[in-house]
Amino acid sequence: MAIIIKNGRVIDPASGLDAMMDVHITGEIVSRIAPDIPVESGCELIDAKGCIVLPGLIDMHVHFREPGSEDKETIIGGSIVAAKGGFTSVCTMPNTTPVIDNQALVRFIKLEAEKGPINVFPIANITKGARGEEITEMGELVKGGAVGFSDDGKPVLSSILMRRALEYARMFDVPIITHSEDTLLSDDGIINEGVTSTLLGLKGIPREAEEVMIARDVLLARLTRGRLHIAHVSSGGSIEIIRWAKSRGVQVTCETAPHYFALTDVAVEEHLSMAKMNPPLRTEDDRTAMIEGLRSGVIDVIATDHAPHLLNEKMQELEYAPFGIIGLETAVPLVVSVLVKRNGFTLCDAFRPLTVNPSNILGLGRGELKSGAAADITIIDPEKKILVDDSFIISRCKNTPFMGMELYGSVEYTICSGKVVYGGGI
Amino acid sequence: MLQDGVVLSIFLRERGHAIFLIIYVDSLSGAPITYGFKMNGLKRKDLLDIQSLTTEEISLICQSARYFKDLFTRSVKTVPILRGKTVCTLFYEPSTRTRISFELAAKRLSADMINVAVATSSVVKGESLIDTVHTMEAMKADYIVMRHAASLAPHFLSKNIEASVINAGDGFHAHPTQALLDTYSILEKKGTLNGLRIGIVGDIKHSRVARSDIEAFKRLGARVVLCGPPTLVPDEFKIYDVDISYNLDEILPELDVVNMLRIQRERQKGSLFPSLREYHQQYALTEDRLGRCRSDIIVMHPGPINRGIEIDHRVADSPNSIINEQVTNGVAVRMSIFYLLAGGTPLEEMEKV
Repeated sequence: MAIIIKNGRVIDPASGLDAMMDVHITGEIVSRIAPDIPVESGCELIDAKGCIVLPGLIDMHVHFREPGSEDKETIIGGSIVAAKGGFTSVCTMPNTTPVIDNQALVRFIKLEAEKGPINVFPIANITKGARGEEITEMGELVKGGAVGFSDDGKPVLSSILMRRALEYARMFDVPIITHSEDTLLSDDGIINEGVTSTLLGLKGIPREAEEVMIARDVLLARLTRGRLHIAHVSSGGSIEIIRWAKSRGVQVTCETAPHYFALTDVAVEEHLSMAKMNPPLRTEDDRTAMIEGLRSGVIDVIATDHAPHLLNEKMQELEYAPFGIIGLETAVPLVVSVLVKRNGFTLCDAFRPLTVNPSNILGLGRGELKSGAAADITIIDPEKKILVDDSFIISRCKNTPFMGMELYGSVEYTICSGKVVYGGGI
Repeated sequence: MLQDGVVLSIFLRERGHAIFLIIYVDSLSGAPITYGFKMNGLKRKDLLDIQSLTTEEISLICQSARYFKDLFTRSVKTVPILRGKTVCTLFYEPSTRTRISFELAAKRLSADMINVAVATSSVVKGESLIDTVHTMEAMKADYIVMRHAASLAPHFLSKNIEASVINAGDGFHAHPTQALLDTYSILEKKGTLNGLRIGIVGDIKHSRVARSDIEAFKRLGARVVLCGPPTLVPDEFKIYDVDISYNLDEILPELDVVNMLRIQRERQKGSLFPSLREYHQQYALTEDRLGRCRSDIIVMHPGPINRGIEIDHRVADSPNSIINEQVTNGVAVRMSIFYLLAGGTPLEEMEKV
């Protein structure tokens, strides 16, 4: 089956291509990118007039809750939501029940994902049972399909264990992905420690709880020459530490999430538990530091940390409600509205952190739009407005502080391995 | 003929407002006394924090509290302003004075009072806050007076229910009725807050009373200084435009009012201060320290007091102390709040009273 995408503006952040081109897809592969490709008979035509045509987006940090909390989300259900958000590849975090610390569970995720519309790459645990005591059988896990290791949701508190993980994982050339938080310092805090937490009388999480662990982890990466990826960076100080480490040749990459460049802790007063996540929303200085970090390239990746929670869990006192918000469906609108429209990012710069960068960090071999590449393609209308409301969000959990917002950037089509998985009536 | 203890209440309508008159005979003089109240007080459903009140509303609450104090400290204590209304007190944290104060205020206004004892309710079966309160609403509760250990719990509730929510203290965040009664108590003694130097001493960081007091005192023109160790008085409080001092002896001589906060013993375990002994040495209001204050200083405490820790026995009972009067004023201020929140309720019903 062949598809031709006509009249679109083709953007490939990997090569810097930004031109009006047509894209020809044959089977699962991009066969040709050129101006004015003639339409053959029997070929499906997609008119991308006014749209940008991008490599399929990659979200390297999602929580699909299966196995264990299928009432919140499943691997297939989450994949459908991701396709709607413009994503053709996602990496699932292993803090499920049970956690993903053996090969059979990695294979389970891969098998389940085959029934869904997009590529799912599992991330397995750094430590057995996520207990932070012994490292997992990383070789077996990589063989099963794990693309990285993380105990996301909690930090590896033991420095010696972190050292061993970084050292041991070197032989597989996969990153250790850290949830950097000194939980003794965050001390059951609820939101960012600062003026807002003081005014609202909420226990604060100081930015230093994140920064001290990032400082430790980059030093351990320097010691071991291991590959470190830091998940969900939220504080400007963290960016400074990572910039320093990169300048010294430490193999470190990092990600931030759209909510950290779109919102500040002030949102907590209005949205209460819908604006509660860990790490917490910080201040305006941090928000702009995320934007500048993305602009300068110190921040490599935008990942959503998509974390579904049931309404009845969120409809509680702020203190008791769980951390986390969904993000797959609002990522593209936020990138377009905040980075491109408001902060003048080029489309290549805005989408590099959602395509080639995560692919390179995890060795996914995707995230590029060129002849011969896998036909993973996302088509976005950057001028079309969307309203985030109950019907727009198809995720079964609707825990998002962006509810009610009108944003630019509508995902029109998502094509995964040559197959339209969202858009055009699907 | 009117007799002592018999209250005649009349509603009149004037320029769109209802006026509520209470007439009774003073037990001492035998003379009839008349009080008139306009029934359009606060144009809001809830009382959540001081921040959301206008300065005029703060003044209004204090002004009408004066009439209610006058009323209920006489022999006739009950007026039918809230007859037919139901007030539920829902306390997720232990409390003596605040809960009793609210209950008395509601009863003096002739409301039906339900106290939900959380420890014996469905809450212990795991019922969520929102379900518990929806149950009360289904039974047509008009006012929910809630104390909760979690900051912003009343705000969360007010967004999701119809009934009026009155915050009786939430986490470290706000205790607006305490701040209003503190403000009223100072007004009663000093006539104004404008230009007064008010010290708040102790665990500011974990105090909802401090946050609400600062807001109310500042609003009425007072100059506020916070005092305690840096672990309990974080720099972030400067956002309120207050001074911060770590030295009680330095600030005491300039104070017109000092509000001593209760120090919670469990804070010591978190290493926020090394021992109660050292805390007492540095920050307790001792007789010796009181001797170095202005002679007309007002000593306040929101209670319950730890005698010998933040305040010495004799100081708490000294002529400068208005700690017990604060409790009396608390009932008057809460009556005033109920009354003003009731403004805009269907008056036809009340006119049949």
